[in-house]
Amino acid sequence: MNALTERPEAVPATFDVMRLRDDFPILERRVHGKPLVYLDNAATSQKPRCVIEREARYYAETNANIHRGIHFLSQEATEAYEAARDSVRRFINAGRREEIVFVRGTTEAINLVAASYGQRIKPGDEILITVMEHHSNIVPWQLLCERSGAILRVASIDDAGELDMASFEQQLGPHTRLVAMTHVSNALGTINPVRKMIDLAHSHGAVVLVDGAQAAPHLEVDVQSLDCDFYAFSGHKLYGPTGVGVLYGKAALLDSMPPWQGGGDMIRQVTFARSTWNDLPYKFEAGTPNIAGGIGLGTAIGYLENIGLDAIAAHERALLRQATARAAAVPGLRLIGTARDKAGILSFVIDDVHAHDVGTILDSEGVAVRTGHHCAMPVMERFGVPATVRASFALYSTPGEVDALFAALAKVREVFG
Amino acid sequence: MSDLRDLYQEVIIDHSRRPRNFGPLPGHNHHAEGFNPLCGDKLTLYLKVVDGIIEEVRFEGAGCAISTASASLMSEALKGKNEAQAEELFARFHALLTEADEKQAANQAESLGKLQVLAGVRDFPARIKCATLAWHTLHAALHDQAAPVSTE
Repeated sequence: MNALTERPEAVPATFDVMRLRDDFPILERRVHGKPLVYLDNAATSQKPRCVIEREARYYAETNANIHRGIHFLSQEATEAYEAARDSVRRFINAGRREEIVFVRGTTEAINLVAASYGQRIKPGDEILITVMEHHSNIVPWQLLCERSGAILRVASIDDAGELDMASFEQQLGPHTRLVAMTHVSNALGTINPVRKMIDLAHSHGAVVLVDGAQAAPHLEVDVQSLDCDFYAFSGHKLYGPTGVGVLYGKAALLDSMPPWQGGGDMIRQVTFARSTWNDLPYKFEAGTPNIAGGIGLGTAIGYLENIGLDAIAAHERALLRQATARAAAVPGLRLIGTARDKAGILSFVIDDVHAHDVGTILDSEGVAVRTGHHCAMPVMERFGVPATVRASFALYSTPGEVDALFAALAKVREVFG
Repeated sequence: MSDLRDLYQEVIIDHSRRPRNFGPLPGHNHHAEGFNPLCGDKLTLYLKVVDGIIEEVRFEGAGCAISTASASLMSEALKGKNEAQAEELFARFHALLTEADEKQAANQAESLGKLQVLAGVRDFPARIKCATLAWHTLHAALHDQAAPVSTE
């Protein structure tokens, strides 16, 4: 599968960004007297009215605990929550609903795999990640290596921020048990050739976890076509609520894994001698989950499916092209992350001005960006910068907002001379 | 938000561009590392304290304009002070940036000399730890704390 050729170039005529913006109440806000220009979507996206209202309606009309009540509301809440699971299954084209585990977010999904699947990792086993991982796809593996005596290996990246495929292949070997990589880099925007990486890892007998936190909101994800063993993403970057996310895992794998948290809902029978576990996916869902969040995530997915991920991707790519061209004309601006295949993330530094100072000045113009290391300190080290400024786009971002970003950047030169 | 010029005053831009007392300090007898994990600001502070008097202050590192200027201005302000005076200056500087009562904060300003150019930071809460990083590091250096200081 060639990721580049599979993505349509043109934004369909039916995609009307100004109409879509009306769905997001927060975009009407003014910040420091200026219209909000929200370009921190890689950190979290804003929520459409339908998601906000769905969560509120759940609490106003349906609130009850799920999976255990005989009463009407409990059944209604359970149905709504489980319908959201079906929406997630469809959204990433998983084969079975049992393969969709609700978690708090991407971080928890990765920690679940490290804790549960990690129990079969032995001294001398190897876990392979890449330099461009978010800390949440580094630290759980470091902890697992400390516990198990396994070795963490890291595939390098090149100056454009693309994965060094030779390094990746070189570090796969007979001891590689698990490969964990990001689908899209949060700090660089790089879209990794995950299908190829997964095939390579499988040819060495390793299982593969893909961190899809930055991919799921911006690309069509098909876990069966990717053939990944685990895929993790968060609701809050997907126009859904905070505190809910998804771990997809192949059923056979999930089935063979021990539970990671004990409690209610994850058991079949409990005696003091021993307990037995519930079926998938409930085995991994101890305790009362974020019911409203799960239902809201289902609504967000419906909203995205109506617009179409391909249309969103094409729209964001057009914004990235516009922003990249504008950036080339700014004296002293250096892009960090210039991969050929990129999602809508523009990471950069400005000579002599620290990213944090740029962030404060942009904020004073109403432009919200992220500044710092983006929880990817090894990426910062790789490029020899302490921090970058990151503007990241969403389905509601506009060409006018790209202009506003660069108008605000001109202000940096006014202040710093 | 206050005007950006209240934050980025000429003195601050100047000190961030050309930090004073920047570099290693051979013969130092106290040092500490400061780290602002959120921004990635890092600095190492060196002191030469003789008979309880801070004779020399130098620092190294990389940070934003506010943290660099603050470290530079601090290095100038500390020379010749004894340890108690240095800690007291920190307390007054901290009050200038964080004291809820504006009047009381303003009272501090007069006694702070050049350091008061950083008063504008109080209107930018996200940046207060940039301005105080050097001072927390000073405190650690005076107490010979081995672990790096973190503002988080």
